[in-house]
Amino acid sequence: MTLTAEVTTPPATPAPPPGTARKRRQAAETRAGYAFLAPWLLGFFLLTAGPMLASLYLAFTNYNLFAPPEFTGLENFRLLFKDPSYLKAWQVTGTYVLFGTPIKLIAALAVAMLLNNRRRGKGFYRSSFYMPSLVGASVSIAIVWKAMFIDNGIVDQIGQFFGAPAGGWVGDPNRTMPMLILLTVWQFGAPMVIFLAGLKQIPNELYEAASVDGAGPVRKFRNITLPMLSPVIFFNLLLETIHAFQIFASAFIISNGTGGPARSTLFYTLYLYQRGFQDFRMGYAAAMAWVLVVVIGLITVLFFRSSKFWVHYSGEGK
Amino acid sequence: MTTIAATPSGPVSTEHSDQLRRQHRTRERVKGLGFHALVLAIVAVILYPAVWMLSSSFKPSSDIVGNVSLIPDAATFANFAKALDGIGGVSFWTFFTNSLILAVGSVVGITLSCSVSAYAFARIDFPGRNTFFALMIGTLLLPFHVVIIPQYIVFSRLNLVDTFVPLLIGKFLAAEAFFVFLMVQFMRNLPRELDEAARIDGAGHVRIFTSIMLPLMKPALVTSSIFAFIWSWNDFFGPLLYLKDPDLATMPLALRLYVDQTTTSDYGAQMAMAVLALVPVLLFFLVFQRYLVEGVATQGLKG
Repeated sequence: MTLTAEVTTPPATPAPPPGTARKRRQAAETRAGYAFLAPWLLGFFLLTAGPMLASLYLAFTNYNLFAPPEFTGLENFRLLFKDPSYLKAWQVTGTYVLFGTPIKLIAALAVAMLLNNRRRGKGFYRSSFYMPSLVGASVSIAIVWKAMFIDNGIVDQIGQFFGAPAGGWVGDPNRTMPMLILLTVWQFGAPMVIFLAGLKQIPNELYEAASVDGAGPVRKFRNITLPMLSPVIFFNLLLETIHAFQIFASAFIISNGTGGPARSTLFYTLYLYQRGFQDFRMGYAAAMAWVLVVVIGLITVLFFRSSKFWVHYSGEGK
Repeated sequence: MTTIAATPSGPVSTEHSDQLRRQHRTRERVKGLGFHALVLAIVAVILYPAVWMLSSSFKPSSDIVGNVSLIPDAATFANFAKALDGIGGVSFWTFFTNSLILAVGSVVGITLSCSVSAYAFARIDFPGRNTFFALMIGTLLLPFHVVIIPQYIVFSRLNLVDTFVPLLIGKFLAAEAFFVFLMVQFMRNLPRELDEAARIDGAGHVRIFTSIMLPLMKPALVTSSIFAFIWSWNDFFGPLLYLKDPDLATMPLALRLYVDQTTTSDYGAQMAMAVLALVPVLLFFLVFQRYLVEGVATQGLKG
């Protein structure tokens, strides 16, 4: 897997030169390293680390961009957890992550397995399925989605044909979530491409051996495909989950920036935008941002901890 | 892991095996047809919204919502004419140019800054490198919300709201870890003998980077450039924060203004505008789909 922090580099020179020359050489190496890394270092300290600390400080203040920040201790956090809109934002975002991500990944894996053969046309199919991942988060597609799911729109008519209530999905607080989950599932192509690359690396002999042993497709899937693919599943699950927390443009366009109807599309990012950049309650928004960082951090740690039990790295065995 | 070789089946008479082979071939052909029918059906469902958008942009506004058909009864260019008129006195081409400047700027910035930084991570041995690499991976997972508020405060103090600077500076400072990571992965797969040989010939890191690494990295640079272009082109949150002046609006912002200002019944112009906003993305996709798909595929696998 890719998410390891080690960089293994053999020493640059085959035969190490004696003492002082080597030291001088290492000093030059270090200088070169920092020179090449300079853009990233600047970016990291000015645009990431610095702002992170600043927003940590702001989270404990009342700040509106115009008057100097006023230290209020834990007040923002206390207010947050009493704010019904904030709790609603968690509920909306949580539902979206909890349902959207697994459905999307199951669709991705199913289609990848379907495509994992030697038949012709694979390139075309793969590209067709991948296309929505490129455009799905755009404003254009959000507008199309809205037009398809609105009152009397295509999806609404099909729904009514099957006995769903009339009135469209866009204005119905109970149906905006399925609508947006469908939008994310529609973008299953990117994880599918990754699954497909992972499937290709599973040696065919494993399946042949299992066939000889009399294993059916279900057992092959459970005992070969899933374990062999688990590093890729882990990667997709982690990235897609973190990604799902950050949905913005589609919810913004479909609800016209309000998070409505009845706060049913009030996603975390949208609410943060409203508080921070429409009401200019920047301390409050910073507190929101830090709660999100902590939650995503915890989820990441949980994923990595749990990976010991279900992610198999085949590299060692061979 | 135990690997059991498939045991060869016992001897069969040639006549019998011929028949078996023929049977097998027919069965394969039927299975193949079934496979293509199934996959094409899924393709049709997946591509439907995009094709519907395109066809709707040629339909009269009254004939869009609820019209399942992909072929307009009477194709009209009126929607595009209206979209090209622009919004509130600002020309369509202004929006287009703004998006283009930002997208090209992103490509240039990301190509320069990320390749240089990736070289440091992949090829230079210096104290602190592993720590910084771990931090870089960390920023890959970090939600951007936590930096956006202080960044906005600083940029507005520096009077840089309503300029492109806040949207481009991160691209020139390798702040998009995805690209650094992609390039590090690619460089690690290049044979080290190349730079070692150059080293023995007395080349320094600058020479090795510019005349060995960069040319070999072309596939990674192309992939990054395409993604950088498309992501910048589609970006909505950044421009929404920093570009308040309609003269600086990008295509997605203009599209949003359009939806806001036109009456809800003018779906035709909205669809035309939505299509125009996606044209460069779809063109890139059609031309470079292999690079994109391969780029995504390798990203998830051990490099």
